[in-house]
Amino acid sequence: MPYTAEKPPPARTSEELRATIPGWGVDLDPRDRPSVPREQPSTHLTGAHWDFPERQPEKWPRERSVEHKFLTPVFGTATPPRGLSGGIRKAAYRYSEGRTAHWLLLVLADRVDAQESHLRSFLTLRPDNPITQTGVLSELRHHPIRSRFGVKRTDLVHQSLDPVVVAGPWVLAGAAVYVVGRRVLRSLRGLMR
Amino acid sequence: MRAMVYRGPYKVRVEDKAPPPIEHPNDAIVRVTLGAICGSDLHLYHGMMPDTRVGMTFGHEFIGVVEQVGSSVQSLKPGDRVMVPFNIFCGTCYFCARGLYSNCHNVNPNATAVGGIYGYSHTCGGYDGGQAELVRVPFADVGPTVIPDWMDDEDAVMLTDACPTGYFGAQLGDIVEGDVVVVFGAGPVGLFAAKSAWLMGAGRVVVIDHLEYRLEKARTFAHAETFNFTEYDDIVVHLKKVTDHLGADVVIDAVGAEADGSFLQHVTTAKLKLQGGSPVALNWAIDSVRKGGTVSVVGAYGPLFSAVKFGDALNKGLTLRMNQCPVKRQWPRLFEHVRNGYLKPRDLVTHRIPLEHIAEGYHIFSSKLDGCIKPLVVPDGY
Repeated sequence: MPYTAEKPPPARTSEELRATIPGWGVDLDPRDRPSVPREQPSTHLTGAHWDFPERQPEKWPRERSVEHKFLTPVFGTATPPRGLSGGIRKAAYRYSEGRTAHWLLLVLADRVDAQESHLRSFLTLRPDNPITQTGVLSELRHHPIRSRFGVKRTDLVHQSLDPVVVAGPWVLAGAAVYVVGRRVLRSLRGLMR
Repeated sequence: MRAMVYRGPYKVRVEDKAPPPIEHPNDAIVRVTLGAICGSDLHLYHGMMPDTRVGMTFGHEFIGVVEQVGSSVQSLKPGDRVMVPFNIFCGTCYFCARGLYSNCHNVNPNATAVGGIYGYSHTCGGYDGGQAELVRVPFADVGPTVIPDWMDDEDAVMLTDACPTGYFGAQLGDIVEGDVVVVFGAGPVGLFAAKSAWLMGAGRVVVIDHLEYRLEKARTFAHAETFNFTEYDDIVVHLKKVTDHLGADVVIDAVGAEADGSFLQHVTTAKLKLQGGSPVALNWAIDSVRKGGTVSVVGAYGPLFSAVKFGDALNKGLTLRMNQCPVKRQWPRLFEHVRNGYLKPRDLVTHRIPLEHIAEGYHIFSSKLDGCIKPLVVPDGY
């Protein structure tokens, strides 16, 4: 079809579609859809019986965005910041959400948190177990070959990097411990001669 | 209580955790009877969402029975069977008052750019989620709804996020009768978006993915034409060819942060965490929609920057529409559609994972084993 003002004719008419697809056109009127218009008065629909909610008690200095005027009246209480990662998180919240530093510090804190938590777990009766926690044992019962081969999946290339992401920090940490330990031993031997 | 706990990227386990207390007079404690793992939970699982802390319980799709209510709760009582929207919202702030429940200003101290979401990092408020036996539900008079007697539990849990988000994505496209609608992503949200596009009068619905078993579902569940992008040198050119070189009227991005199709984009995002999301699907959407068309984004992206082709969006005069879905606003209409048989949410459930085996559930879903489209999470005893 040349580039003209005509809209290309549909492959199937509305009548054909209505006859073959259950519910075709039941929301045909664009003005009669739940999120149209985008903003619409709705306080009468919510069940709220307050103008401003009561405030939830703040049990520790809750980190908050500097873009907020005050601590929101309700907030989550899961996993308060702790350790080195907690310090980095508190530093991150000194920057607004508009600053890259805010997000990169939080990403850094997440990585530090994971390593701190792994180390802390070795002081407990239930240390981290990468075999069970990655769920990799499920492979055997869920068609690992048929799910991956003979199908045109593009994600297999980067899936092969997943073990590197999981094990990489441990390999690096082990190498660092080895290098530092060897240097310390050499220094001690030097002092003893 | 038993609860899923995040232990770092790609690692979760089930632990004994203290039951959640009532923290606010309008809280309820809900005993979870059925939960789910969402595709967006995989972003947390892969360590992509900033401020995802070790020890957090994920899960923003769940239904259950009210166990306990705070002193100001009026509309629920212990024993009520409830479905809980993934959004936590107060009902009266500037944004809730205008129906933007997903953008509530009173529930997330950690960020102003996003509202509160159960089990979705501290960036979304620091609330534990529903992949557990018990969960704290703030604003019990506002969010949850008693499940109608006629509704199946699996339909109800799918209505807490995936189904309404897909339906909302189609609405954001401002579809008019006869429109050509392309949906990127044949996960649950994309499949619901494709199905919903027909309800809104689309003349043609095309779904794009690289997982053949999901495209098969798009053909049977959503009556869509499908294209596997791995079979084409350039999926954008192919979409132009099949739309008379005009492009689609509406394109819906139902993929989000971990889009495949570009190794560089995926690795810089999912593995190196240098972008808020891999914008492959979003860029394909911008490229394949017609000039003056609409791109609807309901795939989840993180708060960091992403390499999005805004120049082409500008030059084509596109309308870009997006938001987290205000779930409760969709429910009355979606309840009708489910009851009338126009939508069958539970048809997308492929796996039912016991809570105790949730690490395996995450691996199966993340690795796309065994034809996994939607895994539900079943606490012990249900």
